Amino acid sequence: MLAQDRTPPQIGDYVKATTLDQALAALADGQATVLAGGSDLWAQKDSGNGRIRTRLVNVNRVNKLTGIEEAGGRLRLGACTTMTEILESPLLADKAPLLPGTADRFASPQIRNVATIGGNIANASPAADMVLALIALGAEVELASARGMRTLVLEEIFTGPGQTVIAPDELIVAVEFAMPGASAHGVFCKSGPRPALEISQVAMALTGTRRNGALTGPCIVFGSVGPTPMRCRKTEALIDGKPLDDALIAAALDQMATEIAPIDDVRASAWYRTHMARTFLEQELQACR
Amino acid sequence: MSLNVEVTFTLNGITVRANPPVQASALELLRSEFDLAGTKLACGEGECGACTIEVDNRTRNACLMPAVDLDGRDVKTVEGLITDDGLDPVQRAFVEAGAVQCGFCTPGMVMQAKNLIERNPNLTRAEIARGIEGNICRCTGYTKIIDAVATAAQRKAGG
Repeated sequence: MLAQDRTPPQIGDYVKATTLDQALAALADGQATVLAGGSDLWAQKDSGNGRIRTRLVNVNRVNKLTGIEEAGGRLRLGACTTMTEILESPLLADKAPLLPGTADRFASPQIRNVATIGGNIANASPAADMVLALIALGAEVELASARGMRTLVLEEIFTGPGQTVIAPDELIVAVEFAMPGASAHGVFCKSGPRPALEISQVAMALTGTRRNGALTGPCIVFGSVGPTPMRCRKTEALIDGKPLDDALIAAALDQMATEIAPIDDVRASAWYRTHMARTFLEQELQACR
Repeated sequence: MSLNVEVTFTLNGITVRANPPVQASALELLRSEFDLAGTKLACGEGECGACTIEVDNRTRNACLMPAVDLDGRDVKTVEGLITDDGLDPVQRAFVEAGAVQCGFCTPGMVMQAKNLIERNPNLTRAEIARGIEGNICRCTGYTKIIDAVATAAQRKAGG
């Protein structure tokens, strides 16, 4: 098995960090790759796409990167929070059920046990599921480096498939968002060929507040229909606070179709992706009436 | 340049040491260094579950786990299920139900089923099917596997 003919990654250095400072020091020269759950990293390792840099920095034992907490009206999830921890969190089930609802559709039990929220963000897959729910909740990302800290709006960090504005020396520390109100609505939908382990052909997260047959302050985010998560701001503005009658929903579907940019690939055609995006949005807006 | 990293971990109840290459997977280490061939390589990318092991009481795909991350962990493979009476009750239920055909998925399926039952033995058939959704079997059609897990779960729940 070790003798398979392939080009091994050129990892010449390994750091098992136990504190945030150690991790940041090991990342400081920009020549390191972060290892968290490894479920994407180790799957990419042998594909020859060169995403593993020369130093591997294991952050699994850094306490500051773990935990799901509530403080000052905000929820904070450490970057190493796993999908299973999200799925099993009583706090999230109560305060932000969209997240456990999304984790429930994520991969398989074995992958959920290791895949982290930070990894889902850093990989910047156009098909990432958890990222959509976090964007729909207005999440911010806390980044740290040896140079200091900064906080960015999650929606704004993605620049293309696998690409973000996160610098090579920066580490995702946590994700934070304002606690959704008691009447907040949130749903996640996705389609794929198999109930488990499907890479989304189309996924959607929708949030807002349901009131008298309308959705106020809506946030509509699609995955797998563009190079990055696709937020449909014009569609949101179109429906914000207005009664969701058939005419408005039809207009919203047409508007949304102009804001996504699906492609044909091995998983689905652009036509099918648009069809499923319209189906999900129609179904969920009808449910809000 | 190949870098090796020393790791110490608990493997089926015994403290072990190894010095795997940094790019090796836990699956490669378990099979080549410790001769634990019950953990299978099939897809190699986390889609099939044939390499399912338990690490710190959670199941995961050994093919996607860097061997260097085993350091300090408590690891159980299918070989660790052996008891004084022979087969683990979950393994016995698989045999009784005829839930094994070619057998390649069985070790991973048993590891996932055992963890599922230990977390909650009061399982519906639908919950069992969800619980093994990360394990692919290309022979059985799953019916007898679910029968076996249901039987093992009922026995566990009944004390």
